[in-house]
Amino acid sequence: MEFNAESITFLIFAGCLLGTAVGVVVARNPVYAAMNLVAAFFFLAGIYVLLVAHLIAFMQILVYAGAVMVLFLFVIMLLSRGDEHLVKEKYRAMQVIGALGAVALCGVLCWAILDGSTSEPASLPADFGTVKAVGQVLYTRFLLPFEATSLLLLAAIVGAVVVAKERI
Amino acid sequence: MPLQGYLLLAAMLFAIGLIGVLMKRNALIVMMCVELMLNAANLTFLAFARQRGDQAGHAIAFFVIAVAAAEAAVGLAVVIAIYRTRGAVNVDEVRTLRE
Repeated sequence: MEFNAESITFLIFAGCLLGTAVGVVVARNPVYAAMNLVAAFFFLAGIYVLLVAHLIAFMQILVYAGAVMVLFLFVIMLLSRGDEHLVKEKYRAMQVIGALGAVALCGVLCWAILDGSTSEPASLPADFGTVKAVGQVLYTRFLLPFEATSLLLLAAIVGAVVVAKERI
Repeated sequence: MPLQGYLLLAAMLFAIGLIGVLMKRNALIVMMCVELMLNAANLTFLAFARQRGDQAGHAIAFFVIAVAAAEAAVGLAVVIAIYRTRGAVNVDEVRTLRE
């Protein structure tokens, strides 16, 4: 692997991303976990820019780091009594076995990825990943899933209100 | 950066999220780890879109983001409803369906 600007930027973002992702898992206080997750989303958006996915990087920040995380923080503030994180978690055997299985899964995936060979990346058109180009794909090839997504979001809004409300 | 770098990063991110889902007992943190796993899948889609020069991967990533937003909204509503009836956000204490 040669060290050019792209790979150095990738390594910086990847290191920070993995660090904050581990922070989400090890944090005992949900607020710290949420803050780590926001940072992880920002680093991931940087990696999306490296992958020439500008629209998705923008939406990552707008939807995930903005909307979804605000929702999470609201619920954390609503529910936490402030003392849960002081209780030390006891891990049962099944949990430890599950975590070891996850590590083994990661090992198998990494082995499979490194085992395969890749060709040179395709040469990209100038407007790859821009709003116009992705919008064109969304409104032609993916028109039906796109409309179904709007229906899904409507159902989610109604469902969330019905489930969370005390009395309709 | 070759394709493998991005795929390895996505695999590690997925494993970290999976470990969180299996080990953590707080329902909110479990949902955050699910978000991490969804993002790992997104990263794989975008890496292959870059490799093949095909924007269909971007469209799928768009749908994944929309579905994740819907999942977060409904999931958090369920967590609030459970907290209201049982006063707990611990996934081990919610086992009525199992017994």
